[in-house]
Amino acid sequence: MTSPHESRVRDICRQHGSDPVRLLDIARAVQSEFRGISQQSIDTIAAEVGVPRVTVEACVSFYSFLSVERQGEITIRLCDDVPDRLAGYETVRDAFVHALGVPLGGTTADGRFTLERTACIGLSDQAPAALVNEVPVTGLSSDRAREIVESLSRHGDPRQLVRKLGDGNNAHPLIQSMVRNNLQYPGAILFSPYNRGEAIRKAVAMSPAEVIRAVKTARLRGRGGAGFPTGMKWEFAREVEASPKYVICNADEGEPGTFKDRVLLTERADRVIAGMTIAAYAIGAAEGVLYLRGEYAYLLPFLESRLERRREDGLLGSGIAGKHGFDFDIRIQMGAGAYVCGEESALISSLEGDRGDPRDRPPFPTTSGFRASPTVVNNVETLCCVTRILEEGPATFCEYGTPQSAGTKLLSISGDCRLPGIYEVPFGLPLREVLELAGGESAAAVQVGGPSGRLVGTSEFDRRICFDDLATGGALVVFGPDRDLLSIVSAYTEFFIEEGCGHCTPCRAGMPAMHDLLERVRAGRGEHADLDRLRELGETIRRTSRCGLGQTAPNPILSSLEGLASEYEARTHEAEAGMRQSFDLDAALQPARAVPGRAPAHL
Amino acid sequence: MSESFTFYIDGVPVEAAPGMTILDAAQAAGIWIPRLCWHEELEPFGGCRVCTVKMNGRSCAACTQPAEPESVVENDSVALREWRKALVELLFAEGNHFCMACEKSGSCELQALAYRLGIAAPRFEHRWQAREVDASHADVLIDRNRCILCARCVRASRDLDGKNVFGFTGRGPERRVAVNSDARLRDTDLDVSDRAVDICPVGAIIRKGVGFTVPIGARRYDGAPIGSDVESANDELESANEHTEGGAAATVRQEE
Ligand SMILES: Cc1cc2nc3c(=O)[nH]c(=O)nc-3n(C[C@H](O)[C@H](O)[C@H](O)COP(=O)(O)O)c2cc1C
Ligand code: SF4
Ligand code: SF4
Ligand code: FES
Repeated sequence: MTSPHESRVRDICRQHGSDPVRLLDIARAVQSEFRGISQQSIDTIAAEVGVPRVTVEACVSFYSFLSVERQGEITIRLCDDVPDRLAGYETVRDAFVHALGVPLGGTTADGRFTLERTACIGLSDQAPAALVNEVPVTGLSSDRAREIVESLSRHGDPRQLVRKLGDGNNAHPLIQSMVRNNLQYPGAILFSPYNRGEAIRKAVAMSPAEVIRAVKTARLRGRGGAGFPTGMKWEFAREVEASPKYVICNADEGEPGTFKDRVLLTERADRVIAGMTIAAYAIGAAEGVLYLRGEYAYLLPFLESRLERRREDGLLGSGIAGKHGFDFDIRIQMGAGAYVCGEESALISSLEGDRGDPRDRPPFPTTSGFRASPTVVNNVETLCCVTRILEEGPATFCEYGTPQSAGTKLLSISGDCRLPGIYEVPFGLPLREVLELAGGESAAAVQVGGPSGRLVGTSEFDRRICFDDLATGGALVVFGPDRDLLSIVSAYTEFFIEEGCGHCTPCRAGMPAMHDLLERVRAGRGEHADLDRLRELGETIRRTSRCGLGQTAPNPILSSLEGLASEYEARTHEAEAGMRQSFDLDAALQPARAVPGRAPAHL
Repeated sequence: MSESFTFYIDGVPVEAAPGMTILDAAQAAGIWIPRLCWHEELEPFGGCRVCTVKMNGRSCAACTQPAEPESVVENDSVALREWRKALVELLFAEGNHFCMACEKSGSCELQALAYRLGIAAPRFEHRWQAREVDASHADVLIDRNRCILCARCVRASRDLDGKNVFGFTGRGPERRVAVNSDARLRDTDLDVSDRAVDICPVGAIIRKGVGFTVPIGARRYDGAPIGSDVESANDELESANEHTEGGAAATVRQEE
């Protein structure tokens, strides 16, 4: 006998064509309707989609937003990223814990609420922030936390928590969010006025090879972090003789402290979509996917409407912009809470319905990517730049920036500064000037490029933001002189431990070992030799990890050991003769004391 | 297919066909590259990273990296040995490996590799994380405390047995081997004759009823260190002992 629950799960599978590639969508839909994916639902999905149940379980257990246990009707996800901690996360958390009467990770007895913590949700400039189901709430305080619980208890509708709408398109009827753009410094390129269709019409008047040449002439490099030359990437994909080919927009924006892609998607969605369309024309792709992180689900209806409008205007679909034979369309794939899925090969695994484990390279996605076909993956900002290059020509684009780093860079600035938000600055600007713009002159340190980037101290403030000096995907988190920097390093290290996929030894087993050593130092029990151990282990992890996550995970510790050595040295001591500094006598005696029930005071 | 080509491992010219990985080419030439997750009958997995080498100065996993013509590969060097040691030590610290009480002792690839690399005790703190043991199956037992997440069972069941008995759940340090049922191994279609059963490099998947039947001295690595089978295939190789940095001697050192 099939329960109504299971026949509904089966319907959900069928709505997705019972296609294993749509496993993530199926799982998201079941999660959202039943607040969890039970063991029985896993069986049903496996049977209906025709994959082993362990494959479904593997996928469900991978993503933070999916769970086997049933969650409450409303899930409150508190963001506990570093900017939130600086802004009072702990008191907000305590207020929620108290008001709901459950600890983090708990569900209320009446099944109405689940309280969870989550990594960065892309709202660092309006922290502390949280997601209530899919609705972002920002600028939280303990009073506001109590109010939220009280009003949700009354009406149960997260959308009613939005009282004042945000600026720009955040107030659009299809978004209706309290999120703010905080566009502090809109530059000349990305946020310039946009004329829909112009770039595509110009592109289709050229040959695909000429389009690639224009992108190369503009010396465009990827804005997602790695800085790979975009024209070259496209050329690789174009040269492979295979069909179909795919264009993927990476809107996973998971690097903690980064939120610029959210603002581009809100204010310049058409420019992003146009960039994908131009890429498709250049490489000969007929299908595109925009991979949107689960945290940005509130933007989905709006983005769908922008795609629809372009179809109506002949800018997507068949014969785009009147060009016979140029057919291309885009679908949106939602993520479900996994930082590693921003890594392009992991993103492709996730798109195919698998766990978001990265893949071995070679083969590179341009040769064998989505469904083993040539695939170009580009960041949201990169694609906006493409559109702009076609609109204005490469020469105008290159008027900004440096020879190695042409154009502008969007920075997401948060933390201890007066004007957190989005800044579009020409490449080459010294960090010090960026801090002046943002009102962060008194900074003692800045995390440049998120945790996978570099924690720099004041001695490095004259370094310049560009690919060949301080490279960054765009996150700048500012720390004032009173902050405990090693606690920040520790939080970022924990982030990587939690977000690694677990495929390879160095990242999975090595990062917890680095964290142990760091905590020993933080507790004042470290020896100088522990700092060397950290350096050696960090180097091993960097060099032997399989993907970019593990290769950069030691960076918070390694970069601070370089730039902020005094923080470590102040806490490490040379052991006295014959003693091991790391040995914690109290901890070692604890089990023996517990037997007769003695408190630590009675040594 | 295009012509085979030459590349160099620690200065020794090695032949490879296009598409061949560094590890496969080395294997054919009688050069041993330390490895754990690799298995000759399986697609490479690239998980343990113990096979890390440097190709033209850049580190990569030899089991997944295709060899390139004229490339210069570094395999047996101080830096690489240190990285590999650290990786093996991390595996010991991560799991719960009580070799003296384990049926696989003496035939375990992890243990044998530790001896060959000269590891006496791991320098990292043990995590002592309790993991599930599943003894529900009549003939086979899975003890996740000893699992190194090498995916040999997953690949063997899928590709050699055509069954998909095993998979992975969770991520990061919470990644575990899972079985294709809602709880127990006994509810899967695993058979004791499956290739997935014997392919485990450590004592995580073991047959019931055959433990400790091989006397000490006759176990797989009692006679010669891990890797020497590969090396002895190459006539020009110096004796395996010269390459062994601890070998049997490490067993003694550990007692100190
Ligand atoms: C762990 C990890 C996370 C990543 N996350 C993102 C991301 O959220 N967005 C992004 O565009 N690129 C991300 N990347 C980089 C992508 O792998 C890829 O290089 C990028 O999407 C290519 O686009 P681009 O050339 O336009 O920059 C990430 C890389 C790693 C290793
Ligand atoms: S480095 Fe290894 S464990 Fe870490 S995320 Fe990448 S593949 Fe997974
Ligand atoms: S059970 Fe054995 S074969 Fe399977 S992943 Fe663990 S160690 Fe590898
Ligand atoms: S043998 Fe190459 S990574 Fe395990």
